[in-house]
Amino acid sequence: MNVVYILWLREMKRYVRSRVQLMVSIGQPTIYLLALGFGLGPVFQRAGSGNYLQFMAPGVIGMTILFASIFSGIGLLWDRQFGFLKEMLVAPVPRLEIMVGRALGGAMVAVIQGVLVAIVCVVAGFRPVHWSGAPLALVFMILIAVVFAALGVAIGSTLQDMQGFQLIMTFLVMPIFFLSGALFPLKGLPTVLAVLTTIDPLSYGIDGMRSVLLGIVHFGAVTDLVVLAGAGSIFLLAGAYCFSRIEM
Amino acid sequence: MIQVRNLVKTFGSFTAVDDVSFDVAQGEIFAFLGPNGAGKTTTIKMLTTMLKPNSGDIELDGLDVRKRQTEARKRFGIVFQDPSLDGDLTARENMEFHGVLYRVPHALRRQRTEELLKLFELWDRRDAQVKMFSGGMKRRLEIARGFLHTPKILFLDEPTLGLDPQSRNQLWTHVKQVNQTEKVTVFLTTHYMDEADRVADRIGVIDHGKMVAQGTPKEIKESCGVESLEDAFLKLTGSATRNENASSTDQLRQFARMWNRGKG
Repeated sequence: MNVVYILWLREMKRYVRSRVQLMVSIGQPTIYLLALGFGLGPVFQRAGSGNYLQFMAPGVIGMTILFASIFSGIGLLWDRQFGFLKEMLVAPVPRLEIMVGRALGGAMVAVIQGVLVAIVCVVAGFRPVHWSGAPLALVFMILIAVVFAALGVAIGSTLQDMQGFQLIMTFLVMPIFFLSGALFPLKGLPTVLAVLTTIDPLSYGIDGMRSVLLGIVHFGAVTDLVVLAGAGSIFLLAGAYCFSRIEM
Repeated sequence: MIQVRNLVKTFGSFTAVDDVSFDVAQGEIFAFLGPNGAGKTTTIKMLTTMLKPNSGDIELDGLDVRKRQTEARKRFGIVFQDPSLDGDLTARENMEFHGVLYRVPHALRRQRTEELLKLFELWDRRDAQVKMFSGGMKRRLEIARGFLHTPKILFLDEPTLGLDPQSRNQLWTHVKQVNQTEKVTVFLTTHYMDEADRVADRIGVIDHGKMVAQGTPKEIKESCGVESLEDAFLKLTGSATRNENASSTDQLRQFARMWNRGKG
């Protein structure tokens, strides 16, 4: 347990100490929110779908958590390059504990960023219909963070260099974001897109937040919970497996 | 304490370690010598569970490192050849992290961290982030960290690389001390023959992945009929300079490794 704690603590310390990372992690979603929220707002309104800022705020919160948690896992690549990974790999500790500690630390950092961005959203004009749904929304945020922190560790364990990172960024992380319904409603999409959005775990996280905060439902909150918990378990197992096989 | 039998490791068509066998007795200081790219670090990586051999057996303190990894890891400590510190953490936090991973009790962790940081003259900078440290300071911190827990076996992979004579002296004095007082078995590599001659009880020389000589420094010098270990080393391994993998093939290899394929 101690080992999980110290790995968690390390992630927290690294986050708090990196001012730039802190600013970027809040700044980027804010720009998305303001530029798209106000830019596409009028079109969305004319299409009869209501207030776009309201609609996309959960999407932006989900995006923040996605990026933060998946990058924390891929951060294994930095540990590999700077050598710290070796220190962890030869330690007399089951690798599962190391992987869990790291994933939890990364997930925690991601949730904190998500909460900060949620506050920015409220300041920008986001008004949840059901404030009582906030605790449940937090549960969804935590689930999203765990799912993608675990996926990040799985990926980070297999990547060996920067080129791989670019590939993952372009062909995995960005599609997960764009195909999650963060920016557009999932109803009435062309078949291919409908299938892709249905297999994207982030769709369920964002749908969950929208259901409990705004009452806008696509899959339904219970389905969302089940799917996220399932995806989280699978990715944790995959992450643990990939991490246990690392060689240097 | 360390028992290696017919160890083989290949990377693609390149055989890095070719049928190497040796034993290191408990309480012994064993120096593993060889030119660049001879297979020293690859051997250490296999001994310390970071790399899986293609074939052969390794036992640390009677434990098969392949089957009982975590148990085997409890037996040893290692100072790596290349950096393995977290630059975002302070010197003390790096020590703390290591202490927790190796389950050194809290009070002892505190006490030893202070002793070691003082010994390696880092105590004044204990709360500075490691990324602000000079190369020599980082090296000293790596070494201090290696001594935080008392393992049964201590691996030192070119520990003196980049150290000034003072720190070098400090290091070997400390190594000798833990070896004598706590019966720690030491397995080290170095390019400085005088160090090996002075510190080691026994020496193994590896070249092109094969063990070419084994014995006490005296035996090795006598069998080569020369005065110094340096001459014996040159006689055994030839005087041509070695290049480790050229950078272009290295890059290609890395590209192949991207998805963990090339390097099995």
